[in-house]
Amino acid sequence: MNPVLLASATTAPLHEAMLFWILAPVMVVAAIGMVFARSAVHAAMLLAVVMLSLAAFYTTEHAPFLAVVQVVVYTGAVLMLFLFVLMLIGVDSMDSLVETLRGQRAAAMAVGAGFAVLLVAGLAGALDGFAPNGFGADAGKNGNVTGIAHLLFSRYVFAFEATSALLITAGLGAMVLAHREPTGERKSQKQRMLDRAARGGAAAAPLPGPGVYADHDSVDTPALLPDGSVAPGSVPAYLQVSAGRSHVDAVDHELER
Amino acid sequence: MDITYYLYLSAVLFTIGAVGVLVRRNAIVVFMCVELMLNAVNLSLVTFARMNSNLDGQVIAFFVMVVAAAEVVIGLAIIMSIFRSRRSASVDDANLLKY
Repeated sequence: MNPVLLASATTAPLHEAMLFWILAPVMVVAAIGMVFARSAVHAAMLLAVVMLSLAAFYTTEHAPFLAVVQVVVYTGAVLMLFLFVLMLIGVDSMDSLVETLRGQRAAAMAVGAGFAVLLVAGLAGALDGFAPNGFGADAGKNGNVTGIAHLLFSRYVFAFEATSALLITAGLGAMVLAHREPTGERKSQKQRMLDRAARGGAAAAPLPGPGVYADHDSVDTPALLPDGSVAPGSVPAYLQVSAGRSHVDAVDHELER
Repeated sequence: MDITYYLYLSAVLFTIGAVGVLVRRNAIVVFMCVELMLNAVNLSLVTFARMNSNLDGQVIAFFVMVVAAAEVVIGLAIIMSIFRSRRSASVDDANLLKY
Protein backbone atom coordinates (compact mmCIF):
# COMPACT_ATOMS: atom_id res chain seq x y z
CA MET A 1 0.00 0.00 0.00
CA ASN A 2 1.27 3.36 -0.97
CA PRO A 3 2.12 5.60 2.03
CA VAL A 4 0.25 8.61 0.63
CA LEU A 5 -2.94 6.58 0.61
CA LEU A 6 -2.31 5.34 4.14
CA ALA A 7 -1.93 8.91 5.31
CA SER A 8 -5.41 9.87 4.08
CA ALA A 9 -6.83 6.79 5.67
CA THR A 10 -10.50 6.83 4.70
CA THR A 11 -10.32 8.72 1.44
CA ALA A 12 -10.78 6.73 -1.74
CA PRO A 13 -8.69 7.45 -4.83
CA LEU A 14 -10.07 9.79 -7.47
CA HIS A 15 -11.09 7.15 -10.03
CA GLU A 16 -13.12 5.43 -7.35
CA ALA A 17 -14.81 8.67 -6.34
CA MET A 18 -15.73 9.32 -9.98
CA LEU A 19 -17.18 5.82 -10.34
CA PHE A 20 -19.10 6.24 -7.11
CA TRP A 21 -20.65 9.58 -8.01
CA ILE A 22 -21.67 8.29 -11.43
CA LEU A 23 -23.03 4.90 -10.40
CA ALA A 24 -24.56 5.67 -7.00
CA PRO A 25 -27.28 8.02 -8.41
CA VAL A 26 -27.95 5.53 -11.21
CA MET A 27 -28.40 2.76 -8.63
CA VAL A 28 -30.71 4.78 -6.41
CA VAL A 29 -32.84 5.90 -9.36
CA ALA A 30 -33.01 2.32 -10.69
CA ALA A 31 -33.97 0.99 -7.25
CA ILE A 32 -36.73 3.59 -6.86
CA GLY A 33 -37.91 2.82 -10.39
CA MET A 34 -38.00 -0.87 -9.50
CA VAL A 35 -40.31 -0.19 -6.58
CA PHE A 36 -42.67 1.89 -8.72
CA ALA A 37 -42.51 0.04 -12.06
CA ARG A 38 -45.92 -1.38 -12.87
CA SER A 39 -44.62 -4.18 -15.06
CA ALA A 40 -42.67 -6.92 -13.28
CA VAL A 41 -40.35 -7.28 -16.30
CA HIS A 42 -39.34 -3.61 -16.02
CA ALA A 43 -38.69 -4.15 -12.32
CA ALA A 44 -36.41 -7.10 -13.15
CA MET A 45 -34.46 -5.04 -15.70
CA LEU A 46 -33.98 -2.18 -13.21
CA LEU A 47 -32.83 -4.70 -10.60
CA ALA A 48 -30.24 -5.90 -13.14
CA VAL A 49 -28.95 -2.31 -13.38
CA VAL A 50 -28.55 -2.16 -9.59
CA MET A 51 -26.81 -5.54 -9.43
CA LEU A 52 -24.35 -4.78 -12.24
CA SER A 53 -23.48 -1.42 -10.64
CA LEU A 54 -22.83 -3.28 -7.38
CA ALA A 55 -20.46 -5.58 -9.25
CA ALA A 56 -18.58 -2.51 -10.49
CA PHE A 57 -18.35 -1.24 -6.90
CA TYR A 58 -16.97 -4.58 -5.74
CA THR A 59 -14.11 -4.33 -8.24
CA THR A 60 -13.10 -0.95 -6.82
CA GLU A 61 -13.58 -2.20 -3.26
CA HIS A 62 -10.81 -4.80 -3.68
CA ALA A 63 -13.26 -7.68 -4.04
CA PRO A 64 -12.78 -8.98 -7.61
CA PHE A 65 -13.98 -12.46 -6.67
CA LEU A 66 -17.25 -11.15 -5.31
CA ALA A 67 -17.65 -8.92 -8.38
CA VAL A 68 -17.50 -11.95 -10.65
CA VAL A 69 -19.79 -13.96 -8.36
CA GLN A 70 -22.23 -11.04 -8.32
CA VAL A 71 -22.41 -11.01 -12.12
CA VAL A 72 -22.58 -14.79 -12.52
CA VAL A 73 -24.84 -15.72 -9.59
CA TYR A 74 -27.07 -12.68 -9.16
CA THR A 75 -27.37 -11.15 -12.60
CA GLY A 76 -26.88 -14.41 -14.45
CA ALA A 77 -28.70 -17.04 -12.42
CA VAL A 78 -31.06 -15.37 -9.94
CA LEU A 79 -32.38 -12.72 -12.31
CA MET A 80 -32.83 -15.24 -15.13
CA LEU A 81 -34.78 -17.41 -12.71
CA PHE A 82 -37.00 -14.40 -11.95
CA LEU A 83 -37.59 -13.85 -15.66
CA PHE A 84 -38.36 -17.54 -16.22
CA VAL A 85 -40.96 -17.52 -13.46
CA LEU A 86 -42.42 -14.30 -14.86
CA MET A 87 -42.71 -16.06 -18.21
CA LEU A 88 -44.51 -19.02 -16.59
CA ILE A 89 -46.86 -16.81 -14.58
CA GLY A 90 -47.63 -14.47 -17.47
CA VAL A 91 -45.72 -11.35 -18.39
CA ASP A 92 -48.87 -9.30 -18.78
CA SER A 93 -49.91 -9.70 -15.14
CA MET A 94 -49.87 -6.10 -13.97
CA ASP A 95 -49.91 -5.15 -10.32
CA SER A 96 -53.35 -4.10 -9.18
CA LEU A 97 -53.48 -0.54 -7.97
CA VAL A 98 -56.41 -1.21 -5.63
CA GLU A 99 -55.47 -0.63 -2.02
CA THR A 100 -56.86 -3.43 0.10
CA LEU A 101 -55.82 -1.76 3.35
CA ARG A 102 -56.72 1.91 3.33
CA GLY A 103 -53.76 4.21 3.86
CA GLN A 104 -51.30 1.33 3.75
CA ARG A 105 -49.24 2.84 0.94
CA ALA A 106 -48.88 6.23 2.65
CA ALA A 107 -48.08 4.51 5.94
CA ALA A 108 -45.42 2.38 4.22
CA MET A 109 -43.84 5.52 2.74
CA ALA A 110 -43.82 7.20 6.15
CA VAL A 111 -42.30 4.13 7.78
CA GLY A 112 -39.68 3.95 5.02
CA ALA A 113 -38.73 7.61 5.43
CA GLY A 114 -38.49 7.20 9.20
CA PHE A 115 -36.40 4.07 8.78
CA ALA A 116 -34.04 5.86 6.40
CA VAL A 117 -33.60 8.75 8.84
CA LEU A 118 -32.91 6.36 11.74
CA LEU A 119 -30.47 4.28 9.72
CA VAL A 120 -28.51 7.23 8.34
CA ALA A 121 -28.46 9.00 11.71
CA GLY A 122 -27.30 5.84 13.46
CA LEU A 123 -24.62 5.34 10.84
CA ALA A 124 -23.45 8.93 11.12
CA GLY A 125 -23.27 8.56 14.90
CA ALA A 126 -21.34 5.32 14.69
CA LEU A 127 -18.90 6.65 12.10
CA ASP A 128 -18.25 9.87 13.99
CA GLY A 129 -14.57 9.83 14.91
CA PHE A 130 -14.15 6.52 13.15
CA ALA A 131 -10.54 5.47 12.62
CA PRO A 132 -10.14 2.63 10.14
CA ASN A 133 -7.86 -0.26 10.88
CA GLY A 134 -5.92 0.14 7.65
CA PHE A 135 -7.25 0.75 4.19
CA GLY A 136 -8.15 -1.74 1.52
CA ALA A 137 -9.09 -5.39 2.00
CA ASP A 138 -6.00 -7.34 2.98
CA ALA A 139 -5.73 -9.93 0.24
CA GLY A 140 -2.56 -11.51 1.63
CA LYS A 141 0.40 -12.27 -0.60
CA ASN A 142 -1.42 -14.26 -3.25
CA GLY A 143 -4.35 -12.05 -4.10
CA ASN A 144 -8.04 -11.91 -3.36
CA VAL A 145 -9.21 -15.31 -4.63
CA THR A 146 -6.45 -17.23 -2.82
CA GLY A 147 -7.11 -15.25 0.36
CA ILE A 148 -10.82 -16.07 0.26
CA ALA A 149 -10.08 -19.72 -0.50
CA HIS A 150 -7.78 -19.92 2.54
CA LEU A 151 -10.48 -18.52 4.80
CA LEU A 152 -13.25 -20.60 3.24
CA PHE A 153 -11.40 -23.88 3.74
CA SER A 154 -9.97 -23.16 7.18
CA ARG A 155 -11.96 -20.92 9.49
CA TYR A 156 -15.27 -21.15 7.62
CA VAL A 157 -15.10 -24.76 6.48
CA PHE A 158 -18.12 -25.88 8.52
CA ALA A 159 -20.22 -22.97 7.30
CA PHE A 160 -19.11 -23.83 3.78
CA GLU A 161 -20.22 -27.45 4.17
CA ALA A 162 -23.49 -26.32 5.71
CA THR A 163 -24.21 -24.11 2.71
CA SER A 164 -23.56 -27.04 0.38
CA ALA A 165 -26.17 -29.05 2.29
CA LEU A 166 -28.49 -26.04 2.12
CA LEU A 167 -28.10 -25.76 -1.65
CA ILE A 168 -28.82 -29.46 -2.18
CA THR A 169 -31.89 -29.21 0.07
CA ALA A 170 -33.07 -26.11 -1.80
CA GLY A 171 -32.66 -27.84 -5.15
CA LEU A 172 -34.63 -30.87 -3.98
CA GLY A 173 -37.26 -28.64 -2.41
CA ALA A 174 -37.74 -26.71 -5.64
CA MET A 175 -38.16 -29.97 -7.54
CA VAL A 176 -40.75 -31.22 -5.04
CA LEU A 177 -42.66 -27.91 -5.05
CA ALA A 178 -42.66 -27.48 -8.81
CA HIS A 179 -43.51 -31.10 -9.58
CA ARG A 180 -47.10 -31.88 -10.45
CA GLU A 181 -48.51 -35.41 -10.46
CA PRO A 182 -50.81 -35.96 -13.44
CA THR A 183 -54.39 -36.32 -12.23
CA GLY A 184 -56.24 -38.74 -14.45
CA GLU A 185 -55.43 -40.50 -17.70
CA ARG A 186 -53.27 -38.81 -20.30
CA LYS A 187 -55.37 -38.05 -23.38
CA SER A 188 -54.30 -39.31 -26.78
CA GLN A 189 -53.91 -36.91 -29.66
CA LYS A 190 -57.00 -38.36 -31.35
CA GLN A 191 -59.07 -37.84 -28.21
CA ARG A 192 -57.84 -34.26 -27.89
CA MET A 193 -58.82 -33.47 -31.48
CA LEU A 194 -62.25 -35.05 -30.97
CA ASP A 195 -62.72 -32.97 -27.80
CA ARG A 196 -61.76 -29.83 -29.68
CA ALA A 197 -64.25 -30.54 -32.45
CA ALA A 198 -66.97 -31.37 -29.92
CA ARG A 199 -66.31 -28.14 -28.00
CA GLY A 200 -66.92 -26.12 -31.15
CA GLY A 201 -65.93 -22.51 -31.55
CA ALA A 202 -62.25 -23.30 -32.10
CA ALA A 203 -60.95 -23.31 -35.65
CA ALA A 204 -60.48 -26.79 -37.09
CA ALA A 205 -57.46 -25.65 -39.09
CA PRO A 206 -54.46 -23.90 -37.50
CA LEU A 207 -55.05 -20.31 -36.41
CA PRO A 208 -54.32 -17.71 -39.08
CA GLY A 209 -50.92 -16.07 -38.84
CA PRO A 210 -50.51 -12.31 -38.42
CA GLY A 211 -50.97 -10.33 -41.63
CA VAL A 212 -48.37 -8.67 -43.82
CA TYR A 213 -49.31 -5.44 -45.54
CA ALA A 214 -47.49 -2.81 -47.50
CA ASP A 215 -47.35 -0.47 -44.51
CA HIS A 216 -47.39 -2.86 -41.53
CA ASP A 217 -45.40 -6.05 -41.35
CA SER A 218 -45.16 -6.60 -37.63
CA VAL A 219 -46.70 -9.51 -35.74
CA ASP A 220 -49.18 -7.19 -34.07
CA THR A 221 -50.93 -6.62 -37.42
CA PRO A 222 -53.90 -8.99 -37.47
CA ALA A 223 -54.70 -11.44 -40.28
CA LEU A 224 -57.88 -11.11 -42.30
CA LEU A 225 -60.57 -13.73 -42.64
CA PRO A 226 -61.91 -14.59 -46.13
CA ASP A 227 -64.78 -12.16 -45.66
CA GLY A 228 -62.34 -9.32 -45.02
CA SER A 229 -62.90 -8.98 -41.26
CA VAL A 230 -60.11 -9.14 -38.68
CA ALA A 231 -59.26 -12.65 -37.44
CA PRO A 232 -59.40 -12.33 -33.66
CA GLY A 233 -56.94 -15.07 -32.75
CA SER A 234 -54.15 -14.00 -35.10
CA VAL A 235 -52.43 -11.55 -32.77
CA PRO A 236 -50.90 -12.97 -29.55
CA ALA A 237 -52.83 -11.83 -26.50
CA TYR A 238 -49.73 -10.29 -24.90
CA LEU A 239 -49.06 -8.06 -27.91
CA GLN A 240 -52.66 -6.90 -27.83
CA VAL A 241 -52.21 -5.95 -24.20
CA SER A 242 -48.86 -4.22 -24.59
CA ALA A 243 -49.81 -2.35 -27.78
CA GLY A 244 -53.17 -1.40 -26.28
CA ARG A 245 -54.80 -3.11 -29.31
CA SER A 246 -53.77 -0.04 -31.29
CA HIS A 247 -52.78 -1.90 -34.45
CA VAL A 248 -55.69 -4.29 -34.30
CA ASP A 249 -58.08 -1.39 -33.89
CA ALA A 250 -56.34 0.62 -36.61
CA VAL A 251 -56.69 -2.20 -39.13
CA ASP A 252 -60.27 -2.76 -38.07
CA HIS A 253 -60.95 0.92 -38.56
CA GLU A 254 -59.28 0.99 -41.99
CA LEU A 255 -61.38 -1.95 -43.09
CA GLU A 256 -64.58 -0.27 -42.04
CA ARG A 257 -63.89 2.75 -44.21
CA MET B 1 -14.80 10.84 -1.29
CA ASP B 2 -14.87 8.92 1.96
CA ILE B 3 -15.24 5.14 1.83
CA THR B 4 -17.98 5.36 4.45
CA TYR B 5 -20.20 6.80 1.68
CA TYR B 6 -20.68 3.20 0.55
CA LEU B 7 -22.37 2.53 3.87
CA TYR B 8 -24.79 5.41 3.37
CA LEU B 9 -25.55 4.17 -0.16
CA SER B 10 -26.15 0.72 1.28
CA ALA B 11 -28.54 2.16 3.89
CA VAL B 12 -30.49 4.03 1.19
CA LEU B 13 -30.77 0.93 -1.02
CA PHE B 14 -31.87 -1.18 1.95
CA THR B 15 -34.59 1.36 2.77
CA ILE B 16 -35.83 1.43 -0.83
CA GLY B 17 -36.01 -2.37 -0.78
CA ALA B 18 -37.92 -2.34 2.51
CA VAL B 19 -40.42 0.20 1.18
CA GLY B 20 -40.86 -1.96 -1.91
CA VAL B 21 -41.65 -5.00 0.22
CA LEU B 22 -44.28 -2.98 2.08
CA VAL B 23 -45.83 -1.31 -0.98
CA ARG B 24 -45.89 -3.91 -3.74
CA ARG B 25 -48.56 -6.59 -4.22
CA ASN B 26 -47.02 -8.82 -6.85
CA ALA B 27 -45.18 -11.59 -4.99
CA ILE B 28 -42.35 -11.67 -7.55
CA VAL B 29 -41.68 -7.95 -7.23
CA VAL B 30 -41.77 -8.28 -3.43
CA PHE B 31 -39.12 -10.95 -3.86
CA MET B 32 -37.01 -8.68 -6.05
CA CYS B 33 -37.15 -6.05 -3.32
CA VAL B 34 -35.91 -8.63 -0.79
CA GLU B 35 -33.02 -9.33 -3.17
CA LEU B 36 -32.28 -5.61 -3.30
CA MET B 37 -32.09 -5.55 0.52
CA LEU B 38 -29.70 -8.53 0.54
CA ASN B 39 -27.53 -6.83 -2.07
CA ALA B 40 -27.43 -3.63 -0.03
CA VAL B 41 -26.23 -5.57 3.00
CA ASN B 42 -23.57 -7.25 0.87
CA LEU B 43 -22.25 -3.85 -0.15
CA SER B 44 -21.89 -2.84 3.48
CA LEU B 45 -20.18 -6.16 4.34
CA VAL B 46 -17.63 -5.64 1.57
CA THR B 47 -17.04 -2.09 2.79
CA PHE B 48 -16.54 -3.32 6.36
CA ALA B 49 -14.00 -5.86 5.06
CA ARG B 50 -12.15 -3.01 3.41
CA MET B 51 -12.27 -0.76 6.47
CA ASN B 52 -10.73 -3.48 8.59
CA SER B 53 -8.17 -4.76 6.07
CA ASN B 54 -9.67 -8.15 6.52
CA LEU B 55 -11.23 -10.66 4.15
CA ASP B 56 -13.83 -12.05 6.59
CA GLY B 57 -16.44 -9.55 5.45
CA GLN B 58 -16.06 -10.72 1.86
CA VAL B 59 -16.44 -14.36 2.90
CA ILE B 60 -19.63 -13.50 4.78
CA ALA B 61 -20.94 -11.60 1.73
CA PHE B 62 -20.22 -14.74 -0.28
CA PHE B 63 -22.27 -16.84 2.17
CA VAL B 64 -25.10 -14.30 1.95
CA MET B 65 -25.09 -14.75 -1.82
CA VAL B 66 -25.29 -18.55 -1.49
CA VAL B 67 -28.15 -18.37 0.99
CA ALA B 68 -29.93 -15.80 -1.21
CA ALA B 69 -29.64 -18.15 -4.18
CA ALA B 70 -31.20 -21.01 -2.18
CA GLU B 71 -33.91 -18.66 -0.92
CA VAL B 72 -34.79 -17.48 -4.44
CA VAL B 73 -35.09 -21.05 -5.70
CA ILE B 74 -37.51 -22.07 -2.95
CA GLY B 75 -39.42 -18.79 -2.93
CA LEU B 76 -40.04 -18.82 -6.66
CA ALA B 77 -41.13 -22.48 -6.50
CA ILE B 78 -43.65 -21.55 -3.77
CA ILE B 79 -44.90 -18.58 -5.82
CA MET B 80 -45.32 -20.88 -8.82
CA SER B 81 -47.28 -23.49 -6.90
CA ILE B 82 -49.51 -20.77 -5.39
CA PHE B 83 -50.06 -19.38 -8.88
CA ARG B 84 -51.04 -22.83 -10.13
CA SER B 85 -53.75 -23.27 -7.53
CA ARG B 86 -55.04 -19.67 -7.46
CA ARG B 87 -54.14 -18.20 -10.88
CA SER B 88 -52.74 -15.15 -9.12
CA ALA B 89 -49.33 -13.97 -7.93
CA SER B 90 -50.72 -11.27 -5.68
CA VAL B 91 -49.78 -11.51 -2.03
CA ASP B 92 -53.28 -10.37 -1.05
CA ASP B 93 -54.91 -13.43 -2.59
CA ALA B 94 -52.93 -15.99 -0.61
CA ASN B 95 -54.42 -15.56 2.84
CA LEU B 96 -54.91 -19.19 3.80
CA LEU B 97 -52.25 -21.83 4.29
CA LYS B 98 -54.10 -24.48 2.30
CA TYR B 99 -56.67 -24.64 -0.57
